[in-house]
Amino acid sequence: MGSHGIKDRVAIVGMGCTRFAEHWDKGLDDLLIEATDDAFTATGVTKEDIDAYWLGTAQGGMSGMMLARPLKLEGKPVTRVENMCATGSEALRQAAYAVASGAYDLAMAVGVEKVKDSGYQGLNAVPVPNDGTQRTLTAAAMFSMVAPAYAERYGVPMDELKAVLARIASKNHSNGARNPRAQFRRQMSVDQILAMPDVAGCLSVFDCAGVADGAAAAIVCRAEDAERYTDSPIYVKALSFVAGNGSGLTDPDYDYTTFPEVVACAQDAYAQAGLTDPRAELAMAEVHDCFTPTELVLMEDLGFCERGRAWKEIQAGAFDLDGDLPVNPDGGLKSFGHPVGASGLRMMFEAWLQLRGQAPGDRQIATTADRHLALTHNLGGYPGEMVSFVSILGT
Amino acid sequence: MASRGIVAAAAYVPHRRLDRSTIAAVAGGGGGDGTRSVAGYDEDTTTMGVEAARAALRTVPGAAPDTLWFSTVAPAYADKTNATTVHAALRLARASRAFDVNGSVRSSVGALFAAAHGDGTHLVVSADLRAGLAGGADEATFGDGAAALVVGDDEPDAPVLAELIGGGTATEEFLDRWRAPGDVRSKVWEERFGETRYVPLGEAAWEDSLKSAGLVADQVDHIVIAGPHARAVGALAKKLAAGDRLVGADLAATVGNLGAAQPAVLLTAALEAAEPGQVIGLVVLADGADVLLHRATDAVAAWTSARPVADQVTRGATIDYGTYLRWRGILPVEPPRRPEPARPSASASRRSADWKLGFVGSSDAGGEIHLPPQPGDPAAVPMADATGTIATFTVDRLAYSPSPPVVFAVVDFDGGGRLPVELTDVDVDQVRIGASVELTFRKLFTADGIHNYFWKARLR
Repeated sequence: MGSHGIKDRVAIVGMGCTRFAEHWDKGLDDLLIEATDDAFTATGVTKEDIDAYWLGTAQGGMSGMMLARPLKLEGKPVTRVENMCATGSEALRQAAYAVASGAYDLAMAVGVEKVKDSGYQGLNAVPVPNDGTQRTLTAAAMFSMVAPAYAERYGVPMDELKAVLARIASKNHSNGARNPRAQFRRQMSVDQILAMPDVAGCLSVFDCAGVADGAAAAIVCRAEDAERYTDSPIYVKALSFVAGNGSGLTDPDYDYTTFPEVVACAQDAYAQAGLTDPRAELAMAEVHDCFTPTELVLMEDLGFCERGRAWKEIQAGAFDLDGDLPVNPDGGLKSFGHPVGASGLRMMFEAWLQLRGQAPGDRQIATTADRHLALTHNLGGYPGEMVSFVSILGT
Repeated sequence: MASRGIVAAAAYVPHRRLDRSTIAAVAGGGGGDGTRSVAGYDEDTTTMGVEAARAALRTVPGAAPDTLWFSTVAPAYADKTNATTVHAALRLARASRAFDVNGSVRSSVGALFAAAHGDGTHLVVSADLRAGLAGGADEATFGDGAAALVVGDDEPDAPVLAELIGGGTATEEFLDRWRAPGDVRSKVWEERFGETRYVPLGEAAWEDSLKSAGLVADQVDHIVIAGPHARAVGALAKKLAAGDRLVGADLAATVGNLGAAQPAVLLTAALEAAEPGQVIGLVVLADGADVLLHRATDAVAAWTSARPVADQVTRGATIDYGTYLRWRGILPVEPPRRPEPARPSASASRRSADWKLGFVGSSDAGGEIHLPPQPGDPAAVPMADATGTIATFTVDRLAYSPSPPVVFAVVDFDGGGRLPVELTDVDVDQVRIGASVELTFRKLFTADGIHNYFWKARLR
């Protein structure tokens, strides 16, 4: 028994990503076609060359036919996967393992979400029939409970913590402003963000991820085949996934200042990739900044800094685009937007651009010349009950 | 033969009060002095009945009601029995009966008669939620509340507090107050007419009851007169020379007239004030007159109500008239721009009824408590009476609620167990980490006509 990973056995050889936006004039099919076409073109292959497809969507529809129909696939296996907000990452994980196993030579992972057809703001889960005792709190409210708990545990005055959270949002807006695919491309100062009214706990709408439609896609093959498609592949160093058992909701010892599922997931990923000092070894990280307190806690859970130190490191600019370890250089969920099923692949798309030196000049991370690894972290659920995904990708 | 009577009693007055003087400015008239009690947006007659019954049963933990009666003029459901919801929330035995005696103000005293003259232990629950149209007399003078009386034979672990010693009835068909099912507004005939019927009917039933108990009028120490016709109630009190023996008249100024719950609420207040040997006379003027005479026993001296009426009256907090109108649906307001909740599943609700309605968790082999109960845990743990502490909380201004915002806390229960749960009867600025809370049975929302009952926490 053991989690051995598939370090350097699978390569990503092409990717595509739509703009994330309120695509009132585009449906699921349009988004799927656009993202997959981009990936086919980048890889120099056609849809017939792909042996198997994995389609990630949280609520876009049912079954692999969602993709087979718009792409007019003939006789191809298409698997629809869902793992809450980590759905896109899960699609890639399945496709990568499929080629690693030898079952297929070339596989595609696609993630998509069309969230703006619901008629409501925010994300709205499709209800499963139940006994009516489930919480109906918003995700914003669930994650808002992290802020006072963190402030209490580490003795940070709430005013100061709010400024830290605003700085996270401001940084991600600043990065997103340099990203033509991002939903929000406007700089927001810390003071502007602090002036917004609270909507859930101490969070304002500017502490929340953008809600956008979009799609992203990746084509994977075994590492030894990568050069057939590109001279600059990126390799899978680690893929880790943990599904929490929800015990945080019932365990009085859980204090809302950490996500244990993420800690376990990161440790597994670092072991697979052989990382011992992620802060120094990684060139960048894309993390699941669904709400600003989430990014705060993730800096500690992912081992980017010591417990209780993230708020100081954030204030010092350690995770800025020109900082020691740039986090969410593409703007993150905050400003790139969060089409649920696509987000995990969108994170990898930024690693794809950055590690290959193809990010726009005003966003290209300088340290990728010396550091060749990127981390993506994608989660679904809430504090106390979540799924967590971590990938390490590298050249 | 062992004596039979009331072995426990409790009233439930909801948390909110409406200042009657605020009504006229909006409604163009109506209102008056004092306050009335107001059920929360998440309360109905069933939930208030549960709260009263829990408080009553708390003083007689050994009592196991064989029969539950539930009376209201404002039932949450028609066709479906409401008493079975109360039965489930109280976790009464499957073999114990649960019946609605609903629709009229008189129904509750009828249930009390049935209990007094029945066998075994009866739990008589009455609740009312009275609105009326804006600016009307009913809106101002009525109130919301509930009461529960446990009636049974004298037992060591549930001694009779007040023995039934007599009763009388005068039934007469006449039209004083009526309402078509589903209407908010009750209509009344000219007040004077009802008064001319009620006063002699009350006197007749009173005389019969004294005769049946072998008493004369002076031997009654506490007199309680209930009924929706305030003028007739006042006139009868004069005729009976009740004077300062009249109990509960002051509740009209603070709580209001509680309709079908009024007799039991006033009787509970009288019982809370009674000394051993004192006689309590209850007169109910509703489509006739019904009288019950009880004599307080020695046991009443040792009995302390779990929630004395007077305490509940003084503990309330006011809401503005706009909120009141919104909560009662009299002022339809724009709902939150969020998807409305889906109706709860009947079969899923049945499977988890012990949890959903009874708040029963589970514990593992090591004694760790789990809320909701977890599969594989060997023991069920009833938690409805547990108290807890707020570990952290949030205010959600985005989530759907019948009355936003949602105030929500992670509660750690004393003795173990944690549940993230909604708070109620609370203002946003009152919530603190470390605050102590208790549980209360509420209605989360109604969808497709299904009332989604579950538990919330409230500050103690």
